[in-house]
Amino acid sequence: MTHPEEILLEIEGLEKSFGDRKVLEGINLQVGKGEVIVILGPSGCGKSTFLRCLNGLEPVQAGRIHYRSQDLAKPDVDFREVRQHIGMVFQNYELFPHMTVIENILLGPLKVQKRSRDEAQRQAEQLLERVGLLDRKDAYPRQLSGGQKQRIAIVRALCMNPEIMLFDEVTASLDPEMVREVLEVILGLAKQGMTMLIVTHEMGFARSVGDRIVFMDQGKICEISSPEQFFTSPSTERAQHFLDIFQYDKL
Amino acid sequence: MQNSGIRVLFEGSNFERLLGGLLVTIEIAFISIIIGVVLGTIMGLLRTLNSRPLKAILRLYLEAFRIIPILVWLYVVHFGFSPLLGIDIDGEVTAILVFSLWGAAEIGDIVRGGLESLPRHQLESGKALGLGTRQLYRYILIPQAVRRMLPGAINLATRMVKTTSLVVLIGVIEVVKIGQQIIELGVIKAPTASFWVYGFIFILYFLVCYPLSRLSKRAERRWQN
Ligand SMILES: Nc1ncnc2c1ncn2[C@@H]1O[C@H](COP(=O)(O)OP(=O)(O)OP(=O)(O)O)[C@@H](O)[C@H]1O
Ligand SMILES: [Mg+2]
Repeated sequence: MTHPEEILLEIEGLEKSFGDRKVLEGINLQVGKGEVIVILGPSGCGKSTFLRCLNGLEPVQAGRIHYRSQDLAKPDVDFREVRQHIGMVFQNYELFPHMTVIENILLGPLKVQKRSRDEAQRQAEQLLERVGLLDRKDAYPRQLSGGQKQRIAIVRALCMNPEIMLFDEVTASLDPEMVREVLEVILGLAKQGMTMLIVTHEMGFARSVGDRIVFMDQGKICEISSPEQFFTSPSTERAQHFLDIFQYDKL
Repeated sequence: MQNSGIRVLFEGSNFERLLGGLLVTIEIAFISIIIGVVLGTIMGLLRTLNSRPLKAILRLYLEAFRIIPILVWLYVVHFGFSPLLGIDIDGEVTAILVFSLWGAAEIGDIVRGGLESLPRHQLESGKALGLGTRQLYRYILIPQAVRRMLPGAINLATRMVKTTSLVVLIGVIEVVKIGQQIIELGVIKAPTASFWVYGFIFILYFLVCYPLSRLSKRAERRWQN
């Protein structure tokens, strides 16, 4: 999928600062329909900030984000509308503790999208079934494990029928034995052709799920390549260095 | 001897009088809590705004009630302000005034705590679902804040019920005062009257406060995250 036919999202010269501090310095990226992009890079390089800019959780200073004939970098964008199409799950993405699993999932479809309860509920149950958690639909979040919570969080985002999903280190705070069950859900989405941008520190997962690897450093994209190429012979020294550190960390 | 002591409770209308006194107690606490919740919610919201002078003033206000005993407040308003302003403030009104202001201070603190402790991630998670500001408040912020505040508010109500016993000292006839009156009359015939009357008041307070304290424990357990 290196040359997708239909471009869904096109980012040009995106810049973002916090105060005087430049965090993103001219990001260019095209995302094709059905493409899975994995973003890698050292801590603090701006991966999270980049994803947050894409659904309006952070305002940007310059550049363009073309999506559905809109420019999401403009200040007057209706992000309530956009966020129904660009779903996001992040590390600290939380379920609402005062609602049951099913209430959590239905909040968006019912209150934001104003869909009928029957229809939304049917879809929610299908999705729950798929992640193996249908029997927990009336549980409260505190009764669930970290991995279960994160799978529910993904279902909650999916139940809005998004066109693009953003995942930011969704397994970072999980115990190792729970990482797998969450990553499998995302792998399943990739097989179904969901367009995704994924930030992760799981290199094996990055390699198997990604159509392209985007390597960022200090607010810039240094390298975009296929997983094979990136993990065997990255073209930049910084990427090589990053991979070396990772291998060292694993020991 | 003991028999005659317990009989004092049921002589004449003593029993009803004691319950009537309890009603005064509950009334003062109840009205004060209602007013306190309304004023306190406003104060709590004001305290989450980013105004330093406002924060300082409201903080001082809270400390004033925490540091100065309620009895002193009651005296200051009843015996101090009444003559100063040239109006006669009824004991019960004084009590409600002081207890409401105290309630507002404490509820304000509870509301501020409930709002400030809401994690940023809850809001962002809601935003990421496309919820608007009003929906965020309605479905996420307020329900959670209320759950967090309820145990503290019930706890305060219990403390208020107990503290109302002080209003005897500004001449309000409530349950303890009526108990004293009954004892004064009955003690000649039955020397153990005071044991039975105070024992009964003891139980009355327990019956009012225990369910409250249970309720707050349950709310705490049920909603703790
Ligand atoms: N709200 C904020 N205010 C100020 N600076 C911020 C804010 N959020 C992020 N930053 C800074 O922006 C830079 C990029 O942060 P970001 O979270 O995007 O990095 P990251 O690549 O996701 O890192 P990690 O792998 O540790 O999650 C960091 O230097 C960070 O300190
Ligand atoms: Mg990050």
